[in-house]
Amino acid sequence: MKQILLLFAFSGVFCLYSCANDTATVKQNQEKISYDNSISLPVNFKAQIVVEELGKNRHLAINTNGDVFVKLEKLRNGSGIVQLRPDKNGIYQEVNSFCTYTGTGIVIKNGYLYASSDDEVFRYKFNAKNEIENPDSPEKIVTGLLSKRQHASKAISLDDIGNIYVEVGAPSNACQEKDRQKGSPGMDPCPILETAGGIWQFKVDKLNQTYADGFHYVTGIRHVVGMDWNNVSNDLYLMQHGRDQLSQFFPEMYTEAQNAEIPAEEFFRAKKSSDFGWPYCFFDPFQNKKLLSPEYGGDGKNQGRCADKGQPIMAFPGHWAPNDLMFYTGNQFPAKYKNGAFIAFHGSWNRAPLKQAGYNVVFVPFGADGLPNGKYEIFADGFMGAESIVSPGDAKHRPCGLSQDADGSIYISDSKVGKIWKINYQSK
Amino acid sequence: MKIVGVSFSIVFACVMFMSFQQPSQKVIMDRGKIVYEKNCLSCHQADGSGVPRMNPPLRKTSWVTGDKQRLITIILKGMDEPLEINGEDFYNVMAPHDFLKDQEIADVLSYVRNSFGNKSSIVNVTEVRAVRAVRAKLLAKNKK
Repeated sequence: MKQILLLFAFSGVFCLYSCANDTATVKQNQEKISYDNSISLPVNFKAQIVVEELGKNRHLAINTNGDVFVKLEKLRNGSGIVQLRPDKNGIYQEVNSFCTYTGTGIVIKNGYLYASSDDEVFRYKFNAKNEIENPDSPEKIVTGLLSKRQHASKAISLDDIGNIYVEVGAPSNACQEKDRQKGSPGMDPCPILETAGGIWQFKVDKLNQTYADGFHYVTGIRHVVGMDWNNVSNDLYLMQHGRDQLSQFFPEMYTEAQNAEIPAEEFFRAKKSSDFGWPYCFFDPFQNKKLLSPEYGGDGKNQGRCADKGQPIMAFPGHWAPNDLMFYTGNQFPAKYKNGAFIAFHGSWNRAPLKQAGYNVVFVPFGADGLPNGKYEIFADGFMGAESIVSPGDAKHRPCGLSQDADGSIYISDSKVGKIWKINYQSK
Repeated sequence: MKIVGVSFSIVFACVMFMSFQQPSQKVIMDRGKIVYEKNCLSCHQADGSGVPRMNPPLRKTSWVTGDKQRLITIILKGMDEPLEINGEDFYNVMAPHDFLKDQEIADVLSYVRNSFGNKSSIVNVTEVRAVRAVRAKLLAKNKK
């Protein structure tokens, strides 16, 4: 009897010990990595929170060692780039901040970090320990780009043969004589296209290049914030922000409901010297063609000079505001994602007075021919933080940047409060 | 009796005249809302919250509830200069809205000064007329 009691007591103590230990382990794990269940993802994907509130996040880039570099649109403690590093538990800590200018573009390639302000492009060199050698004295590779407040973000992308592509947005809605004024005619030809509304190709390793040194690679785009070089098809792909305010300026031609859907946000595959038609043309998703803008004599039906302009490879709902584009080259996600495109939509404002839309990340499957081979699907959603919102200011988060690490996880940045999510795939 | 009748008529006329000059706040607000929905809502949104980075908010800012002359001038002249409100920067251009009638400007400004949580004095048509006249003189002078 005594023995039984002793055994009982012993196992009780053992259980107490091991149970407590289990609880502690679970708790410790919870403290380690937190996941965001408010973001909806396909099955077996999880959204790890990298950082809750960093600042006014724009684009981001991940180095080969896992360090996350975030470009900010407003200086944070005097810095425009923040560097986060995962510790041994996978928790991200801020390890460095540098860069005296604000902006959008940031890309890491071949041992360099490239970053843009609203009128220049710089690069920083990594040393063998993956630290930036020259945080306070980057090489200025491009200077003197047009920056006039509206559409001033300079998205950047690199190819594999030493070129960098820099987008210069048109500081205008539709190149009217008086921007966004009802009744003001479109300028023809549009003088803005000489120094903006296009993409210029520069060398990655040449200092102080200006427009004169660059090659005018693409014209006829209003503004592109999301662009990426596709290493499979060897082409540059762009997501355009389409024009605004058709129903406000042309109420006799467009209702508010039509304005919410027209024009579509266009996905372009660019070739050398592509012309996608802005400001003369825009894409009507219902007629499935480019139409002549009303500022240039369009009546909602006629194509005019727009029939032979570059066509989109896919059209997205109006005003969704694509702010980043990334081709997935990792091996972590299921096979269908390989070489497909992720697009981060910042979310609309010009659907008002109808409810706003976008505020998500979509996936577009691609075939070997460098073209979509299926419909787009919503990959990540729930950023809005509500069933529907009337004004963009009501959104909890706004997806703005995309990047991928060496393990094939992808990262999403938020411009509203500066949250960053790391999306992992776990099949078990 | 005659005097009483005449005074009554004068008082009555004055009341009629004043009410003609000064329609009720509700009438002004209703008219202002129509102008707002047609010309302003798209950028400044139904709740006056604006669009982050682009179009400034019309609530919780002295740009709207403060100096009326400055506000009227923005409508007539538009705005295309660096603007920071409550720590946020705004980059989009506002086109001149000088095509609006003086009365429409008075109505819409009275509306925004008393909507979205704002509570401020209304804007009279005479105030708009005065600012427009000063601007016209200034523009004529600059042309010379």
